[in-house]
Amino acid sequence: MTKKKIIPYILISPYIIHFLIFMAFPVFFSIFLTFNKWDVISPMQFVGFGNFTRLFNDQLFFKSIYNTLFFLLINIPLQIIIALFFAELLNQKLKLKGFFRAAFFLPVIVSGVVVTIVWQQLYGFDSGLLNRIFVSIGLNRVGWLVNPKIAMASIAIMATWKNVGLYIILFLVGLQTVPKQLYEAADLEGANHWQKFSKITLPLINPTIFIVVILSTIGGFSLFIEPYIMTGGGPLNSTLSALLYIYKQGFFYGNMGYSATLGFFFAFIIIIVVIFQKKYIEKEI
Amino acid sequence: MIKKSMLYLILLIGVVSFLYPFVWMIFASLAPDKEIGSLVLLPSHLTFSNYYKLIQKIPVWRALFNSLFVSGFVTFGVLIFGSMTGYALARLEFKGRNILFYVIIFTMTIPFQITLIPQYIIMVKLHWTDTYLALIVPGLMNAFAIILFRQYFKSIPQDLIDAARIDGCGEFGIIFRVMWPNSIPAIVTVGILTFMASWNDVLWPLIVIRDQSLMTMPQLVTLFVVGGRAESQLGVKLASAVLLALPIIIAYMFFQKYFINSASSTGMKG
Repeated sequence: MTKKKIIPYILISPYIIHFLIFMAFPVFFSIFLTFNKWDVISPMQFVGFGNFTRLFNDQLFFKSIYNTLFFLLINIPLQIIIALFFAELLNQKLKLKGFFRAAFFLPVIVSGVVVTIVWQQLYGFDSGLLNRIFVSIGLNRVGWLVNPKIAMASIAIMATWKNVGLYIILFLVGLQTVPKQLYEAADLEGANHWQKFSKITLPLINPTIFIVVILSTIGGFSLFIEPYIMTGGGPLNSTLSALLYIYKQGFFYGNMGYSATLGFFFAFIIIIVVIFQKKYIEKEI
Repeated sequence: MIKKSMLYLILLIGVVSFLYPFVWMIFASLAPDKEIGSLVLLPSHLTFSNYYKLIQKIPVWRALFNSLFVSGFVTFGVLIFGSMTGYALARLEFKGRNILFYVIIFTMTIPFQITLIPQYIIMVKLHWTDTYLALIVPGLMNAFAIILFRQYFKSIPQDLIDAARIDGCGEFGIIFRVMWPNSIPAIVTVGILTFMASWNDVLWPLIVIRDQSLMTMPQLVTLFVVGGRAESQLGVKLASAVLLALPIIIAYMFFQKYFINSASSTGMKG
């Protein structure tokens, strides 16, 4: 009998141990770290609210948060529009449907490192493919990665290209839940394409839009490797994402306590943004 | 008819814009160096010289092995531990079960940005930096996997479990000999998502690994491209990107459907 009582605890013990070491302890430890200064090598030094005072005076950190939000502001709408567009096109009787889906999905599975290396070439100022196309149709070259006003938008476009395949798939799943009869009824009423889309499709796939917004928000707040490889955060810190800045503070400058404080504060912002989105979008439904 | 062909034309433009960068990458990595700058598609002739140079500069094979070893181990662990915890939550009565379930759900809402630095410090204190342990152990548990297994195991008929018990099967036997054979879709989903996430992760390796012989492939390629060692030789950079992409692309070609189905279940996370 006792053996039967113990068995569940044996089964969950790996999770509990892992949770305590890699989840619970780090969360509390991060609070502790925010009051300390530490460079990994010398002993920790208590600084009280020093890290927080520094944070609130750190213009670069707020710039990095602004950059990250700017990234999201371009990335999310673009992603939803393009994904919905292609999902609508694919949501009908088609030959080669599987091939189209698979092709759109390919960038999703490939490492962001690969995507960034390739797009760095496409974005090249002198011989990048995009500028060559622009010149050949009589437009001016664009400083995709060298113009501080444009660089973050360029990264957001690349990220959209990389992830949109996933959202096409999610929207396709969502579109299949819309009852066909509704469209037939609308046809009888003489509704056009746009009316059917805006009055039937859009309201009914709102839950999927919500998921896409949340997933791409969380993804966008993790923006790191793309600017790390492509621009190193430049030009003029215009592509410095919050996570890249946190990483630099910790691992370039060795300010672990301060870096943990930034991480703590940034996580707080993420939670607020996601809660806000939840409230706002759920109201819309 | 015109409408249909318009539709295919738009889709074709879409496909080209999604595939072209990869095709360009592969051809450019095989092109003579001076042609890459102006390459549109096919180079005048193909050469593997960029790959030879790459292999001499960085330990590519070692990094590919490291990535495979780490991702394989992590995936294996997530499957084993995830199904153990998921099974206890779905099928066993014990005190604290509901609390555990809510704790697991709650951990999914904690942004990793908060635990990143503390986890690194734990690695330092355990003297795990520059070891495989740092790459593997923190990734062995995954809340999403546990929840998915729990959901799946709930739908398996009690009769199967009872029959196994009568045959003298223990709880571990039930998990791996009764639950697993009946949960292949869940195993495939967790397996693919975990392997892909682990294979493509680069931030964590950058933090805990400095020793070149322990670097994972995305980390090695990142540092090669960002650091001075690529010496602005574009072809060699692209060759390293191709070698990083190739294993996943090949797996994708064979198991495409499973990749896409697994990914669509990430929608449940929200």
